[in-house]
Amino acid sequence: MAPPKAPKERAYPAPEPNPETKRFWEAAAQGQLLVKKCLACGEVHYYPRALCPFCGSDRTDWQPASGRGTVYSWSVMRRAETPYAIAYVTLDEGVTMMTNLVDCDLDGIRIGQKVRVVWKPTEGGPPLPAFTPA
Amino acid sequence: MTIKGKAYIAGIYEHPTRKADDKSLAQLHAEVAKGALEDAGLTRADVDGFFCAGDAPGLGPLSLVDYMGLKVRHMDTTETGGSSYVIHVGHAAHAIAAGKCSVALITLAGRPRAEGMATGTAPRNYGSAAPDVQFEYPFGPTVVNMYAMAAQRHMHEFGTTSAQLAWIKVAASHHAQHNPHALLREVVTVDDVVNSPMIADPLHRLDCCVITDGGGALVVVSPEVAKRVQRPRVRLLGAGEAPKHQMGGKIDLTYTGAARSGALAFAEAGVTPADIKYVSIYDSFTITVLICLEDLGFCPKGGGGRFVEDGNLISGRGRLPFNTDGGGLCNNHPANRGGMTKVIEAVRQLRGEAHPKVQVPNCGLALVHGTGGSLGTRHGSATVILEQE
Repeated sequence: MAPPKAPKERAYPAPEPNPETKRFWEAAAQGQLLVKKCLACGEVHYYPRALCPFCGSDRTDWQPASGRGTVYSWSVMRRAETPYAIAYVTLDEGVTMMTNLVDCDLDGIRIGQKVRVVWKPTEGGPPLPAFTPA
Repeated sequence: MTIKGKAYIAGIYEHPTRKADDKSLAQLHAEVAKGALEDAGLTRADVDGFFCAGDAPGLGPLSLVDYMGLKVRHMDTTETGGSSYVIHVGHAAHAIAAGKCSVALITLAGRPRAEGMATGTAPRNYGSAAPDVQFEYPFGPTVVNMYAMAAQRHMHEFGTTSAQLAWIKVAASHHAQHNPHALLREVVTVDDVVNSPMIADPLHRLDCCVITDGGGALVVVSPEVAKRVQRPRVRLLGAGEAPKHQMGGKIDLTYTGAARSGALAFAEAGVTPADIKYVSIYDSFTITVLICLEDLGFCPKGGGGRFVEDGNLISGRGRLPFNTDGGGLCNNHPANRGGMTKVIEAVRQLRGEAHPKVQVPNCGLALVHGTGGSLGTRHGSATVILEQE
């Protein structure tokens, strides 16, 4: 009997880190999702920046995120060689990030669904933070 | 400084081509420039201001004024994607009011069809120097799935349905049947839209605009020049522009920059949504129109679905006729940038030169709105209000 066919998955392009974001992707390689927190105004932001987008301070620091969140919105790209789900996930830390929803039934995704981070290997770069039903 | 009454749109031209295999990009820019100047009864020698955006080849205005042999004393290359040309109208009025130029030429052209571009369905990489790219591009954002996420959230929060979105395409198709240049002239039904293939949930193929080659141009002039132009006079009353973005991760997809750009334009013009007889709203997707109608104040937030139902946007039938050329959904979407053709059709309406089957009677006041970039990530909104003098 032939082995069950694994669900096809798209190839993930590698993100290109720069000096400002190197730390984020180094942590990603260790399976740790980071967000940025401003030491001046206390706001957490995403995607991470050296200067706080809320108050402009350059006193921002990396902070580990729980890796848990809620689906804010989603869409399955049907018109692709391998259909995939893009989404915004609101982390428990309060920021919303673009991601993919993976390892799940693409027809069962719902706004408000609880999800957790999983890391997906990329083509020659650090892994990507994707999310799967918690 | 207000621009109210300080500038007029004297010339318009929409290129009739929808596939330009046999033309270069610079040539298309020059052809639409020529068309708009002839429409105004002006010549190249009258042009002293030039405006273009990211669709222009090479070094933008430098390449194009060189190619066209123009001698100008003012240039503006504000780039906000497909809304750029709506912003240019306001900026041209500012430049004219400040005495920087008196005849401003604005051009747009592109040939995505001839080039075989996968406009809406392939992720676009804007280059690794764009700060967002490494946190977005690897996940496969496309034009369609980003607008789709705004639609999905709207449906979740307000109960908007696919059938309601479909009414926007239905209205556009009712108008396009009268436009001999429109790419799609067939009248469609709500069922046709919701039964067309799903591209990116919840947007179907017929929720998406067309991909076309071509372009358009506008000539914006001072009141003094307008007096000697032998065309119906279309005066600029107000303009507003606003960026909308992800706000450091506090993302809210339920509204657009139209909430700000529209309020600015209405305040400058001194009119309200109830005064508007016709709207051109950039219809990259059906959802774009629905959210912008809410944000511009034509209906309450969340009420867009009910507002567009039952043909309310169809000229001669509904309360708010929109995109009477067929819009981007049916007529034309040159260079994947819809702001230019929106201004052009609004001017036709105010001149009384729209197709008789879609001409709004006594169309004295019109609003044009553009959304450039993406509803799902970051975009530039631009609104102008025009009147027939």
